[in-house]
Formats: sequence, C-alpha cells, structure tokens
Amino acid sequence: MNSLGQPRAWERFFWPVVAAALLLAFWHYSVVWTATKVFPSPLSVEKGIAELAAKHVLWADIGDSLRRVAIGFGLAVVIGIPFGLWLGWSPAANQTVNPVIQLLRPISPIAWIPVAIIFFGVGDHAAIFLIFLGSLFPILVACVSGVSSVPPIFRNAGRNFGLSTPQLLARVVFPAALPQILIGARIALGIAWLVVVAAEMIAVDSGLGYLVIDSRNSGKRYDLVVAAMLIIGVIGLALDFCIRRLERIESVRWGFRNAS
Amino acid sequence: MLLTEASVLGTKSAAKLRAEHLGMVYDRDGESLPVLEDINLDVDDGEFVCLVGPSGCGKSTLLNAMAGFLSPTSGSVRIDGEVVTGPDPRRILVFQDRGVFPWLTVEGNIGFGLSKLSRAERTQRIAHYVKTVRLEGFENSYPSDLSGGMKQRLQVARALAVNPDILFLDEPFGALDSITRVIMRGELLRIWQTERRTIFFVTHDIDEAVQLADRVVVLSSRPAQIKDVLTIDMAHPRNISSNRYLELRDELLKQIGLAYEI
Amino acid sequence: MKLFERLRPLLLVAVLLVIWEIAIDLHPGNILPGPIAVAGGILDLLQHGLLLKYVVASLFRVTWGFALAVFIAIPLGLALGWYRRGEMAFNPLVQIFRPISPLAWIPIAILWFGVGDLAAIFLIFVGCFFPLLLTAMNAVHNIPADYINAGRNFGLSQRAFVSRILYPAVIPQLLVGLRVTLGVAWLVVVAAEMISVNSGLGFLIVDARNAGNRYDLVVAGMVIIGFIGLLLDLGMQSFERMKSFRWINSEG
Repeated sequence: MNSLGQPRAWERFFWPVVAAALLLAFWHYSVVWTATKVFPSPLSVEKGIAELAAKHVLWADIGDSLRRVAIGFGLAVVIGIPFGLWLGWSPAANQTVNPVIQLLRPISPIAWIPVAIIFFGVGDHAAIFLIFLGSLFPILVACVSGVSSVPPIFRNAGRNFGLSTPQLLARVVFPAALPQILIGARIALGIAWLVVVAAEMIAVDSGLGYLVIDSRNSGKRYDLVVAAMLIIGVIGLALDFCIRRLERIESVRWGFRNAS
Repeated sequence: MLLTEASVLGTKSAAKLRAEHLGMVYDRDGESLPVLEDINLDVDDGEFVCLVGPSGCGKSTLLNAMAGFLSPTSGSVRIDGEVVTGPDPRRILVFQDRGVFPWLTVEGNIGFGLSKLSRAERTQRIAHYVKTVRLEGFENSYPSDLSGGMKQRLQVARALAVNPDILFLDEPFGALDSITRVIMRGELLRIWQTERRTIFFVTHDIDEAVQLADRVVVLSSRPAQIKDVLTIDMAHPRNISSNRYLELRDELLKQIGLAYEI
Repeated sequence: MKLFERLRPLLLVAVLLVIWEIAIDLHPGNILPGPIAVAGGILDLLQHGLLLKYVVASLFRVTWGFALAVFIAIPLGLALGWYRRGEMAFNPLVQIFRPISPLAWIPIAILWFGVGDLAAIFLIFVGCFFPLLLTAMNAVHNIPADYINAGRNFGLSQRAFVSRILYPAVIPQLLVGLRVTLGVAWLVVVAAEMISVNSGLGFLIVDARNAGNRYDLVVAGMVIIGFIGLLLDLGMQSFERMKSFRWINSEG
C-alpha cells in the first residue's frame, strides 16, 4: 500500500523487534540520564518478574484474577445472550428496556464499588459483580445488533420450513447472529480484564491489580509495579488471542470472511 | 396468443394453486400504493409456470403472497382448496440470493427441514438429494466454499428434501452469470422431469421463460394485472433455434412491449 | 398506539423505581438509599453548588485527556495504518499495552505527576490513546481499494490524496471510534477521580462514603454520572449526523 513495495515475510519479526529494542533502549537511557532513584530500569523490571515468579505469590494472583474474570464474564454470557436475543427479537421489548440500559451503561463499574461492597462485602463476590456489570453491556448491545442484522430471508426460510418461534430463534436467528455476538464477547472479555485489575486495586486484597498497588504502597517497589503491569498486558493479550481463535470455527467463520 | 378463459384458468377441476381476485395494496405514509390488482390464476398439478414482467411490477409480491409470506389485501390464494394463511413446508420458496444458511454444511442445509424424520431416513434422503443436484463430494463443505450456481442447487435440494407440493422460485438464477444460468436451467428441467412437482417460477429473462415453462404469465406494470398467458406448446428438449421457439419468444417480447431489434 | 409506545420505557423506569423504593422500605436498617433519598441527595448537591462544580471538574479532565489522545493517536494511527512496516513494528507493542487497565497506571501517574489534575488527565489519555490508535489503523485498512485506485488513476498529489480520498474515507469509522472512546474516557475519569484527586464526580462517590456514609450522595453521584455519560454519547451521535457527514449514510 505504500511506495516501498510489499514487505517480506522476515520483516514481520524484524520490525517489531527493532521497535521493541528502540523502546527498551530509550527507557534504559532515560532512567540513566535522569538518574531517577525511583523509576525502574528495564533490567530491574526483569529481575522483578523473576522475583515474583519465584515467590509463588505471582501465580496465586494470576489465578485469582483469571478466576474472577471467568466467573464474571461467564455470568454475563449466560445471562446476557438470552436476554439480548430477546431484546433483539422483540422491538417492543427493546424500545422499552433500551433507555434503562443506556442510562446504566455509562456508569463505570468502579463507581458501583460502594454499592457492591454493601451487597457483597469486600472480596471476591464484589469483584465478580463488577466484572459481570462491565461485561454485560457489550454483550447485550452485540446481541441486539446481531439479531437485527439477520437478513429477513433467513427468518422467512426458517418459517417456510415450519419452525415455531423458539425453534426459529435457536436454529436460525442465533447461528446467524453468532459472529456479531462473538465480537461483542471479545470486547466484553477485554473490558472484564480491565475491570478486574481496577477492582482489585480498590476492593480486594489479592490478584494482579492488588499486586500493582501493594507493590507501591508497601515499599515503593516500582520495579514490581511495572513488572505487574507488563504481566497484566501479556495475559490480557493472551485472553484476546484465545477468544479470537473461536472466530475460526467453521460454523462462525462465514461471518468473518469479509474482515481483514 | 389470445387471453382466453381456458389459458388463464387451466382446467378448472384439477387446479393445484388458485389465485382469485388477488389484490395487494401497500400503505406508505398514508398513501395507498396498489401493487397487484385482481389477479386470477390457476396452476395445475405438475405444471411449470413462469411469471414475467417488467422490473418492479410486483412479481415478487405476487410470489410472496402465493407462498404465504404476505397477506393479500383482497382476494385469496388457495392450494388444494385450502386458503393460504402463512408459510408452510408444503410450498417452499427458493430465493434469488443468499438463501442457504452459511453456518451449516451442504448436508446440514439439505437436512434442515427433516428433523421429524428418523436418523436413517434423514441420511438417506439427504444422500438422495445431494445426488439429484449433483453436489456429491461436497457434503461436508460450507456454502462459502461453493460457487453461486452450486449454492442455488443446494437451495433447490433443501427445498425438495421436504417433499413440497409446490416449488416457488424467485428469479433463482438472476445472480448467476449467463453461462451458469443456461446450465442451471437444464438442471432444473431434469429435476422437474424426474421429481415432477408443481413449479411457479418468477423471472425477468424472457428466454428463460420460453425455454422452461409450460405456460408463461405476463404481468403488466404497476398496478400489476395479468396481461396475457402464453402456452408454450413445445415438447422438451426444446430447440432454441427453431422457428416455433423464435415465434413464441417474439410474441412474448411483444406482449411485454419490447421491440425485437436493437 | 404511538403514545403508549413512547410512554412504555418511562413506565418501566417508574416500575423499577417503585420496586427499589419498596425494597428499601422493607429493610429499615439498610444503609442503601431509595430513589426518594437519592433525589434528595441530588437536590442537596445542587443547593450547595457542589453538583455543578464536580460536573465541571470531571468534564474538564475528560476534555483534556480525550483531546490530547485524539490529536496524537489519530494522525499517528493513520500514518501507521498506511505504512505497513510502521504498523508491523508497533502493533505488538500496542497489543501488549492496550489490555493494561488505565488504573494500573496510577502509581506511575502519581510518580510522574503527583496527585492532582494532571495525573487524572494522563490516565484518561492512556485509556483513550490505544483504542483510538487502533481505530485509526483499522480505518485505513478498511478503505476500499477502489477509492485508492481511483485516486491513483487521477494522478493526485500526496497532499490532495490525503485530503480528498483518505480523510473522507476514514471519517465514518473514526467517528464511531471517537464515540466509543469518549465513553471509555468517561468511565476512566470517574475511576481515576475515585483514587487520585480531590474533586469531580468520582471523588464525590468516595468522599460521600468515607466522610459519613452518605450513601444517598453516593447513589446520587452514580445517577448523575450515568446521565451525563448518556448525554455525551447522544451528543456525539448527533455530531455524527451533522449535515457535512450526511453522505456517510447514503453511500452504497
């Protein structure tokens, strides 16, 4: 797409490595030149990662964060998809419920923390509730959008073959809307990961978010702070990668053919 | 060909599909838009009838009304004497484009309407229709791997698999290139001659109508009325270079109001 | 029928409010406020002039953080989307930074900017930067090849190409991305204010709870946050519909 010609295969690895190397160099030298006593250098972050891994705390924290995401996200999927399908199917229901959704959606899950703590106390359940809240809305939106973009031809064909409405929803509308729903699920998973870290910084005392804030509070260990941040980034990326693989399943792949 | 009672109404006693005083008026922003006006039509069992007319005249509307997807504002449609009130597996509509379900394989699509059968019956029937439309080897392929013509064959197979009384086809070959179209016409005729269903076929292609139909119904432009019904008295296979063919074709062109010299 | 349709959502809201109020009244010892108490809380804030002050503070931070992100991320993203090698180089890095919650940047933000407005603005900037970058990159990818070829066919200069082909072609996607990211910015500002500043709607929530368990103010704060967030979203939507962008919906 530019005048320098098509990139070659090896360049896919070459350029990111160059960029990463430049970034690391820049980071390292800014730490050295500013002679900061607090901000960590790449090397100390690396050591920090090793330290965390050795201490076993890291794996427990990762486990906790992932567990909360799994439950909160899972709940959002199990509740959100049927509810979203219904809203998408019934314009009357959608028109009635949508304003409530639009009012609740802009309220950051973090703002729900005081209320969540009242209901669930400080701990896992509060975090899971927040994750559920954050993941629910993208899934609802995607379901409604997916259902309404199912071509009428499919509905007509389904009815032609004598399907009742529940059968139509299950055998035609849901599969047809699935690609869109998957996109919503991917967004929801990304949000879930953001929310869990934030929730752990405020309302619980384990997990990767807690690790970030604790490393700073108890000893200004910024090397561990940055180490934790990087780990958060990598795991978040891995989660995204996993859900992307779902898009390759044959019975959904057709919906993504036109994507790059 | 003159408009006679006989050619319009076929033979009264054996009418499989009958439209009586069928009318369709759309209400758009308070203004009423008549699309179909006083359509009277009979189709016999096992007949192949084509519907032609200028673009936008209401062919698809008529088709959808007959298949039960639209309720007529006046008049009625009867199939085997029963009034049509909605879609039914006994009369399947084949769409022009994108009718197959992309999330199911060829087998999945063909078997779509067969959930009430036993497993063995299902497998058998699916295999039979895969063969009928010549899609062997593609049983586990998804529609995105098939060409346009193959997808239409798949739709026909899916429709036939449920043993419908009537097959409605809405310009099924319209989205295909002209070479594929010719091939598909042959395929459809072959299937029709073996399976012998009643077929009601909408097209804007005059040659197609003359090549395929026993009778051709010509629709005027909006509000559509039946302008004429042509009986094609040629046996299959039809020689499309013969004088009779050209005569019929010219007659049809004239009815639609087109000159035959460009 | 039409009037009933319009009233239906309001009816739902009314029903929910009634259920909420009844549920609270049935549990007198509960700290959670009912809708009436919340309404009282909102009035309270209005009277003390705090409502306006906090809303302005939050909006101020959002505006700055969002604007900074827009003016840096979008041109950068467009450039990266255009030059494949640039994207190859930076995409992995972006993919790693994107899933890091802006709040996880708080210790760094406080280290660099201290506690205050700048830290909050930085957090909003971080939260908006990566999504906007990706939106811009994707928008460039999705320009139909036909447009590009047409531009080449007519021998446009680099500058003309950017202003007459690139820019109009990416605007629709950019606008959607801007709207979504504005929503993100609003979520982040509230969260950021709960931790690192002394004013704003997020601060209101923590403060109301810490200094006296005023849960009526807490929930009042939540309601206002939802309401303003909704207004922001609707505002962006009508911006998208403005005349000069009308063609977007009409194109094939």
